[in-house]
Amino acid sequence: MRILVAATGAALALAVSVGIAQADPLKVCFVYVGPHNDGGYSQQHDMGRQAVAQALGDKVDASTYLENVPEATAEASIRGLAQNGCKLIFTTSFGFMDPTLKVAADFPDVKFEHATGFKTAPNVSTYNIRWYEGRYVMGQIAAKVSKKGLAGYIVSFPIPEVVMGIDAFMLGAQSVNPNFKVKIIWVNSWFDPGKEGDAANVLVNQGADILVQHTDSPAPMQVAEKAGVKAFGESSDMSSFGPKAHLASLIDNWAPYYIAQTKAVLDGSWKSQQTWEGFKDNLVEVAPLTNMPDDVKAMANATIDKIKGGWSPFAGPITKQDGSVGVADGTTIADGDLLGLNWFVKGIDDKIPQ
Amino acid sequence: MGAAEITGLLLTIVTASMPLLIAAMGELVAERSGVLNLGVEGMMAVGAVVGFIAGYLTGVPAIGVLASILAGAAMAALFGLVTLVFVANQVASGLALTIMGLGLSGLIGDKYVSIPGLGLQRIHIPVLTDIPIVGPLIFGEDPLVYLAIALAIGVSWFLFRSRGGLIVRAVGDNHVSAHALGYNVIRVRFLAVLFGGACAGLAGGYLSIVYTPQWTPSMTAGRGWIALALVVFGTWLPLRVAIGAVIFGAVGILQLNAQGYGVPAPAQFLTMLPYVATVVVLVVISRNRMLLRSNTPACLGQSFVPDR
Repeated sequence: MRILVAATGAALALAVSVGIAQADPLKVCFVYVGPHNDGGYSQQHDMGRQAVAQALGDKVDASTYLENVPEATAEASIRGLAQNGCKLIFTTSFGFMDPTLKVAADFPDVKFEHATGFKTAPNVSTYNIRWYEGRYVMGQIAAKVSKKGLAGYIVSFPIPEVVMGIDAFMLGAQSVNPNFKVKIIWVNSWFDPGKEGDAANVLVNQGADILVQHTDSPAPMQVAEKAGVKAFGESSDMSSFGPKAHLASLIDNWAPYYIAQTKAVLDGSWKSQQTWEGFKDNLVEVAPLTNMPDDVKAMANATIDKIKGGWSPFAGPITKQDGSVGVADGTTIADGDLLGLNWFVKGIDDKIPQ
Repeated sequence: MGAAEITGLLLTIVTASMPLLIAAMGELVAERSGVLNLGVEGMMAVGAVVGFIAGYLTGVPAIGVLASILAGAAMAALFGLVTLVFVANQVASGLALTIMGLGLSGLIGDKYVSIPGLGLQRIHIPVLTDIPIVGPLIFGEDPLVYLAIALAIGVSWFLFRSRGGLIVRAVGDNHVSAHALGYNVIRVRFLAVLFGGACAGLAGGYLSIVYTPQWTPSMTAGRGWIALALVVFGTWLPLRVAIGAVIFGAVGILQLNAQGYGVPAPAQFLTMLPYVATVVVLVVISRNRMLLRSNTPACLGQSFVPDR
């Protein structure tokens, strides 16, 4: 009798555990700082999310995302996701760094991936794109295409990522035209089409014939089209907003990384790490190359190949704005220095707002 | 600074001020009738998205503009129903409408992001527009600018030179007496609110059809709140509100210009300037306390229930 009961119990337990093992799909969740359809930064993350769903089918449930999450109040939102069964959470903005770490400490079996940050934990990885590689190429294109040797650069906040981008752009431009100049306007927002458009108008008015942006809306591209100047797009392909103005867009391609990390969680090989790749892993593209002569396209592609081969735009010698040595001859800047970059290269007249 | 540059600057200032001017004029009429409509931002957002979609689908910007006006008025009708017929608290209802409007606009516009809009061409009168600097400024604006200026003049005339405006102001100052005199307070307020919503919608349509011809969620970026503040700081007088709108737009553009020239002030300070400048100017020109008291709608925000 007892043996019968025990055997039945064991059989039931086995059945139940097999049932659980054949499990629920892995719930993968995303937190965006802007709208999922902003035509820029957050939209590219959302495209990565859709790629995960498509690549991994029923093994994952990648339908959950939160958008327009203000960085100041993100902790509650991220915590909610962890409490609702998300096992892998991608928090896609720099300002989500501390909220992510706080929630991660309370949910040790949930994995967190934080974009563009620098603090990790046993269950928190960071990942970032070497956008500056693309900016260097854009600088080269700008210097070749510009007739006035002056670019207008629209930026949000003076964080290292933005400073890196401006420096790399100038270095690229100076490699073609050592006297290339840039005018910088800080709009204090990642996304405000009205203000970005105003800034673009002001820059065109002041004589810039190339517009570059480190903000998320297509407004500057539209202004460029209307004004008859050229412009670079940001985060996604903005050529539809400026068919004649568009030179190239700096496109974020998160899909390969997202799929790889999700697979790692599925097969148990996920570990906390800091990923920072660019052209080499196809995380960033400078495309499509339009409205420029073929020799400029060839130059751009050659530089991209050079960077893929391991060359860094921040290879020395580089002089700082104040004349001192930024990067010594024969060396390349260290990743740590890049992540905390707070100086402009010589040739930029504007100062970084403190 | 060459003539072309000055012209460009002035044109940009005008377009930057227009959405604020339009929305503030509408809100002015609504508040003069005694209704505090905090839903301007939501109405602007809905106007922007509906206007963009209508203009995009039909290919005619004018239809987009008309659609944005109707959309704003529709949202305002909802607000009027809730606050005037059901006598809900005006502040809470207005805030709810803003939140709803922002969300609704994102929902409606979901499929229309990343689509470039049409834009409106500036007018060009053969000889007049070619006068240096002044020409494009006065004779070369886009059609909606002229509409906005006509709107501002019309509102000013209506409120202070017409019988209808007198009734609106009476209702806003003392709704009990106005009711006793036989005026239909609810109807006057409802019409004023509709007008306010229509203007907010038009302002939104201006943003998405002319200013930056596209739809992206949250593109109104707080302009509705600024319009609300302008009405208060401008002490409910059309001319002062208009001055406030132009100053805000102008300082906003000028600070970007200053950055472009490399002016060494911190960028964060420059970003703050439009707000500070507008508040300071309007407070200074509104020093006269008697004038202030006599222009504040005494029954602003108070609900009215006809009891007879």
